[in-house]
Amino acid sequence: MAKQLPEHPAWLWRDPNPKSSYDAIVIGGGGHGLATAYYLARNHGLTNIAVLEKGWLAGGNMARNTTIIRSNYLWDESAAIYEYALKLWELLPAELDYDFLFSQRGVLNLAHTLQDVRDSVRRVEANRLNRVDAEWLEPDEVAKVCPIINVSPELRYPVLGATFQPRAGIAKHDHVAWAFARACDAMGVDIIQHCEVTGFVKDGNRVVGVDTTRGRINAGLVGLVAAGHSSVLAEKAGFRLPVQSHPLQALVSELYEPVHPTVVMSNYVHVYVSQAHKGELVMGAGVDAYNGYGQRGSFHVIERQMAAAIELFPIFARAHLLRTWGGIVDVTPDASPIIGATPVENLYVNCGWGTGGFKATPSAGWVMAHTMATGEPHELNRPFGLERFTTGALIDEHGAAGVAH
Amino acid sequence: MLQLNCPWCGPRDETEYHYGGQAHVPYPEDPSALADEEWAEYLFFRDNPKGPFAERWVHSVGCRRWFNVVRDTRTYEVLAVYTNTEPRPDLGMGVAAGGQR
Repeated sequence: MAKQLPEHPAWLWRDPNPKSSYDAIVIGGGGHGLATAYYLARNHGLTNIAVLEKGWLAGGNMARNTTIIRSNYLWDESAAIYEYALKLWELLPAELDYDFLFSQRGVLNLAHTLQDVRDSVRRVEANRLNRVDAEWLEPDEVAKVCPIINVSPELRYPVLGATFQPRAGIAKHDHVAWAFARACDAMGVDIIQHCEVTGFVKDGNRVVGVDTTRGRINAGLVGLVAAGHSSVLAEKAGFRLPVQSHPLQALVSELYEPVHPTVVMSNYVHVYVSQAHKGELVMGAGVDAYNGYGQRGSFHVIERQMAAAIELFPIFARAHLLRTWGGIVDVTPDASPIIGATPVENLYVNCGWGTGGFKATPSAGWVMAHTMATGEPHELNRPFGLERFTTGALIDEHGAAGVAH
Repeated sequence: MLQLNCPWCGPRDETEYHYGGQAHVPYPEDPSALADEEWAEYLFFRDNPKGPFAERWVHSVGCRRWFNVVRDTRTYEVLAVYTNTEPRPDLGMGVAAGGQR
């Protein structure tokens, strides 16, 4: 007779039914939504709040990203918000009392053309002026940091050097979500899964609640943190967002012995690779050019990415691909996020992180919570409001965003 | 990979084309009369529906001509292909479904 199965381990959060009313609701139970709820409770004392998730907790882009954390963005506004996130990442394992395997193993951003080199050196200097750790490495120094990279000048797109941010790294994304969820739950936040928002209840131009697949829920404040589906929800609330949703793919190999000591990204040949703690090589691709919500991408995008990976890392030539998947990323015209007020009173939005939102999870939550609780943007997200598309004060981060879009 | 039926060259793989985003976004008739909000709308705001979407494609490595496609962004199914001079076909989904403004 089969041995009796062990008891299920303790649940990290309750599974409550929605109450009829909350002080605040966060739509979206991914990393950013959970971080927003966490800081609403921790920094602003708002604990009568709920996170509404249409699927299961952190099952959208939080489950699908390649977990890279870095802050080496070009412009002052971006460097500030991403570096704030990195500083929070450095504190969070202790604060949340949860080892989510944050590993500061550094990131190399490779340069393959003369223009790449110029742009990269400029970005290193800009990073240093913003007190973000950054170095320019020549090819032989790149090989010292990551010996499995082919730095031969014979390559079609030779490695001409790289930027290096030693404090960058990776974290275990599921565990990050669970850590935030447990901490939210302990402060009394209701995390409500399988609860899709189907409409917004308004009194004039002020949001006073939401309609969901589990009934109407009233709330004085609503935060829209729905990544790829932000514009679908915004339309239900009666306004438009300057975002386009695209499929973005990633993939993992089988488990291998540790061979890859850092994170490597290449904009030009377009692949980014790290090795997870378990041993999978984790690689990311570019977005599909067309708009899509299908959570799947095209094979030819992966084919191109694999060609780049094998040229850069000949050791991968016989690696076996285990899984590929797609997420839906919401891309803005300037490759920077939108965090702030919307045309609807008391409804705030955090969206437009495109292909790179994971790394900003803590600071996005911090500033979104501040904006919702005080009605005013935090200094870090003031430049990232919707109004920048009217004033023209765009924050063009296509060069540092890592994934062409 | 999508297969799109170029109105002039016939069915070809997606890799022969480039994407042009939302179709039927006319250049402002009197640009100098636009307010900043209207410029922002024209430059940066596009529909992003989950469902049928009228969009532009160009056959870059073929005839290099632009044309329009109505495609479902959930299933990626191509619902209609038509040239720039043709009106958007009525697929019985109403204006809102395809984001024609």
